Amino acid sequence: MFSNPDLQKLVFGRLSLEDIPYHEPILQVTFAMVALGGLVVLGAITYYRFWGPLWRDWLTSVDHKKIGVMYIVLAFVMLLRGFADALMMRAQQAVAFGANEGYLPPHHYDQIFTAHGVIMIFFVAMPFVTGLMNYVVPLQIGARDVAFPFLNNFSFWMTVSGAMTVMASLFVGEFARTGWLAYPPLSGADMSPGVGVDYYIWALQIAGIGTLLSGINLIATIVKMRAPGMTMMKLPIFVWTSLCTNVLITAAFPILTAVLALLSMDRYVGTHFFTNDLGGNPMMYFNLIWIWGHPEVYILILPAFGIFSEVTSTFSGKRLFGYASMVYATVVITILSYLVWLHHFFTMGSGADVNSFFGITTMIISIPTGAKIFNWLFTMYRGRIRFELPMMWTVSFMVTFTIGGMTGVLLAVPPADFVLHNSLFLIAHFHNVIIGGVLFGMFAGVTYWFPKAFGFKLDPFWGKMSFWFWTVGFYFAFMPLYVLGLMGVTRRANHFDDPSLQIWFVVAAFGAVLILLGILSMIVQFVVSIRNREALRDLTGDPWNGRTLEWSTASPPPDYNFAFTPVIHDLDAWSDMKKRGYARPVEGYRAIHMPKNTATGVILGVVSIGFSFAMIWYIWWLAAATFATMFLVTVIHTFNYNRDFYIPAADVVRAEGQRTSVMAGRA
Amino acid sequence: MSLATGAGTHAEPHGHGHDAHGPGTGAHGSFRSYMTGFVLSVILTAIPFWLVMSDVLGNAVHTTLIIMAFAVVQIVVHMIYFLHMNTKSEGGWTILALIFTLTLVVITLTGSIWVMYHLNNNMMPASPHDLMHHKP
Repeated sequence: MFSNPDLQKLVFGRLSLEDIPYHEPILQVTFAMVALGGLVVLGAITYYRFWGPLWRDWLTSVDHKKIGVMYIVLAFVMLLRGFADALMMRAQQAVAFGANEGYLPPHHYDQIFTAHGVIMIFFVAMPFVTGLMNYVVPLQIGARDVAFPFLNNFSFWMTVSGAMTVMASLFVGEFARTGWLAYPPLSGADMSPGVGVDYYIWALQIAGIGTLLSGINLIATIVKMRAPGMTMMKLPIFVWTSLCTNVLITAAFPILTAVLALLSMDRYVGTHFFTNDLGGNPMMYFNLIWIWGHPEVYILILPAFGIFSEVTSTFSGKRLFGYASMVYATVVITILSYLVWLHHFFTMGSGADVNSFFGITTMIISIPTGAKIFNWLFTMYRGRIRFELPMMWTVSFMVTFTIGGMTGVLLAVPPADFVLHNSLFLIAHFHNVIIGGVLFGMFAGVTYWFPKAFGFKLDPFWGKMSFWFWTVGFYFAFMPLYVLGLMGVTRRANHFDDPSLQIWFVVAAFGAVLILLGILSMIVQFVVSIRNREALRDLTGDPWNGRTLEWSTASPPPDYNFAFTPVIHDLDAWSDMKKRGYARPVEGYRAIHMPKNTATGVILGVVSIGFSFAMIWYIWWLAAATFATMFLVTVIHTFNYNRDFYIPAADVVRAEGQRTSVMAGRA
Repeated sequence: MSLATGAGTHAEPHGHGHDAHGPGTGAHGSFRSYMTGFVLSVILTAIPFWLVMSDVLGNAVHTTLIIMAFAVVQIVVHMIYFLHMNTKSEGGWTILALIFTLTLVVITLTGSIWVMYHLNNNMMPASPHDLMHHKP
């Protein structure tokens, strides 16, 4: 481009036209599809004149409900990307035997399995969890928003900007080829000189800021903003699990940030924290990243446990069995999750003392988890169970997760781990608990709270289609991997020599196709539900005969959630209120003090994409400029004193009056 | 915290008459307590500096240990005088968070040291010289 290479380097860093992979047919097709899809979406927004409302009501919103919904939309979008990666890997492994090299060369295959792991954990599971907590927690504790509404919006945009950074690596440069935790020395400057690992580092650092801040935000919300009378032992169980998850986030994510910062220093300025020479030790990276990584597993699963508890209790028409034991089990898991990290690297070379200690703690942590399963079973026992979709996901979870838990205890035995480490058995195990636990939990949660968020139920037929495709598909996709793992097949291989293994991979690929049908059914379910929304409409605000406070308000809830702050007398507050013949107050409304929307979060998010892009490509002037911009925008935001407003009493009267007449019309 | 969504005013939906700090916010320090904290921090920083700069003890290990001890005292001073922490602030949540943090920090540090020490012991010795010194 420039005749002077120094000038080009100054302006573009190490970015050049060769870094755009336009010669790769797979990426050409992907790019065409993304561009086409993007154009359709942008065109539709323009056609329906949605830009104004989109900006005012959604992107700049500080309302915890809107932010929660946006998190979940992000999670679904990224699920499609992460699943496309999975499908490609399954297809490659099903065909690449003997003389057939498959269609993905190693350098491409390695990027795909790395991107799959990173996206599924950080940009699917995390936004799902954060989104549901954001939406539900304030409603369940009778609050009007989270403790720091602007911070919430900012956290969301940091997560989006991390996700966008990963997506950018698809079309500009490459992604890491290191596996989802980027172990050195492979991820060091010597072995991975390209931009892949830098994309990885900056995407996670930026998204990590969002996760950490939203963790702090939700802890403050739960500790300080509960409705009067709601003592800790009257908290809905989902709020309890959210509290523990956010405590884990706040304690664990700084470790990830620090480890990645050390790795960046190794890569950018030539330090030797994790190199093999000059006193560095790559094993320290394994140690530190798993001190974050193991709590992360519980960060994901605890809110899912909370959802299953709410769903089981609601659809069994009973109070949750053993509420107190459930709370204690959750807290014990929170502490124990910090005592098991070494089970991820039993084979690293520590002695028998260390391995047996961590093996035993790992087996101990299955006890509170098992207690939870029994609590759910006893909640169902003698209940009037309604097998609606959320309950179906819950039952499927109980069966699937128990299998995953048992293989987990197998892996916790250090001698067994020496055989199974790094094999497909491990892959089958963690997909078993993450899909069967976290993902099924999120689907149960989305189906359960969808009518609260939008005022109509999801279509049950397509929901059941999706449920069966997912459940059956999961077993087809991952049970063969257990078998292959026991036969000694290692993970992350893109070609095999032994033709006798092929049939198992073909079965696994068939399972992945079933899961694809499950995902497509889910999309159809959303489309059909939106089209039939009048038939599926729920006017009561309490479609499932719920037990907790979120069902006491309208669906969708007004901006202020509750016209009057409820007073709590018992666990399962709404169930208690219904039993005592609670009458909705119909007068005496007053103006309500609310936080104002702001564009600062969006601006910071967009600029931070520029910043991470500049750091990845060594475009130092752009890095300095974007960093200065972020600093300036933040400072200017602190001088914005126009942050709150009152919803006039007349508006509250109108909104609540409308609900009164709707409910009277129904009765 | 001045929004109706903030903690202090939550029980009061009409949101009138609240100031910058809702009820239940921890006590703020006086000029005197800030000065005490400041002077203590300066002293606790100056002594380790002096120990290192003029090599008072003549033993690197002892000096390191003493500096670590001063650092711990420094942390406590900051928590009391600058963060206004005591066992009662915020209804006991602060002290609970502190205990939790200390537990995790201790687990992380001792755990990492234990794991890495074990690892070094089990590593193949690099030379006969190392073998003599590092064999457990």
